[in-house]
Amino acid sequence: MAWIDACATDEIDEEDLIRFDHDGKTFAIYHAPDGAFYCTDGLCTHEKVHLEDGLVMEYEIECPKHNATFDYRTGEALRAPACVNLNTYSVKIEAGRVMIEV
Amino acid sequence: MARDYSLLGPDAKRAVESGLAAAEWYHTDLPRKEMKALMQRADQPAIRDTFILFGCMVLFAGIGIALWPSWWSAPFWLAYGVLYGSAMDSRWHECSHGTAFKTRQYNDWLYQVACFCMIRNPVSWRWSHARHHTDTIIVGRDPEIAVMRPPALFRIFLNFFGIIDAWHGWGRMLYNASGRIHPEEADYIPESEQPKAIRVARIWTAIYAATILLALVTWSLLPLMVIGLPRLYGAWHHIMTGLMQHGGLADNVTDHRLNSRTVYINPISRFIYWNMNYHVEHHMYPMVPYHRLPELHEAIKHDLPAPNPSIWAAYAEMWPVLKRQLAYEDFFLKRELPASAKPYREDFHASALGAAAE
Ligand code: FES
Repeated sequence: MAWIDACATDEIDEEDLIRFDHDGKTFAIYHAPDGAFYCTDGLCTHEKVHLEDGLVMEYEIECPKHNATFDYRTGEALRAPACVNLNTYSVKIEAGRVMIEV
Repeated sequence: MARDYSLLGPDAKRAVESGLAAAEWYHTDLPRKEMKALMQRADQPAIRDTFILFGCMVLFAGIGIALWPSWWSAPFWLAYGVLYGSAMDSRWHECSHGTAFKTRQYNDWLYQVACFCMIRNPVSWRWSHARHHTDTIIVGRDPEIAVMRPPALFRIFLNFFGIIDAWHGWGRMLYNASGRIHPEEADYIPESEQPKAIRVARIWTAIYAATILLALVTWSLLPLMVIGLPRLYGAWHHIMTGLMQHGGLADNVTDHRLNSRTVYINPISRFIYWNMNYHVEHHMYPMVPYHRLPELHEAIKHDLPAPNPSIWAAYAEMWPVLKRQLAYEDFFLKRELPASAKPYREDFHASALGAAAE
């Protein structure tokens, strides 16, 4: 496991997400309404669609394809058609940068 | 080669092998900010519409019951039936996307009611509709193709009275209630969810049994006029609007502009159909709630074929194509894009687009 510099904190609007690709893997990084940052796998567990075009509502991310929702803080699948949770990754902020542990 | 619409047949296999299944679909570019604004959820519009819907249902059924068995009750039953057997189709649809309300419980609640009215198992149909969005009008993959080729016109005619759909719905309900999942359902419902499908089927069977019992005890059709039969006598509107969605257009393509149709329709039908007349828009961006679709339409219409100006116009366009497909099933309608649109990717769709009528 290593800490990776993913992006600047101001690159993600509040209540939004961006995609971050690293080492052949794709992640989603979220800026929560309370100002905290979170990171999950980038692909929906239903049919591997990227979550980057999805909608962040409070602490949930909704997949753009069939509207499955996940709690991005825990990765928990909240709504069908996804039944499998997302993996989550630790995040820390250092000097205005979002670092993720992968 | 004739099309095989079975989800377990050779066309299904071919779609997976050729990369058509779960493919990357065309999207009109829209800035993320604009898109995010359009996707925002709200409770208020659907609460208003749901009150109107249930209020009208209670009113029409109430008058129908009061006037029963006089023929004067007929128009009220017809109105009640359209709300039960057609408006519930669009409620089922919107709630299955979770976009009707902001509050998830409201969505789930209306979804359950709508599923019951339409006799669609809430578990199976949640997944079948997901498949319809992944593989829209891909032969062998999409379980919700309304107009197959060659078109089975008699079947479609029967469905204007809900006959085929309800027959299947009730049949499948009893099948599931007996503790079994059909092999086609097993193709798209995850195993962990299958017991839920069986439980709902059992509850519904009990409700129908109670209704039939009441009808027998009172020796009156009235209980069935309220529960069950409106799925038949009120189905025509959702079939009428549903056929327009993809009828006569391309299959086996990955651009919704080629296989879906947007139609301008009257306000009453729009209420019943909950704006699904903006069908290209809905398929391209299924996260946009029904009440924002007119705005989405405005934002992307420069990139879409011109909408049909009325239900009548849509049928006038579709009917000759369906007739032609009776003899020649590869025939379909390819609509012109405006000059402002990004062209169709002919290279990508070459095999499917071979026999188009422009
Ligand atoms: S791919 Fe995400 S919900 Fe289906």
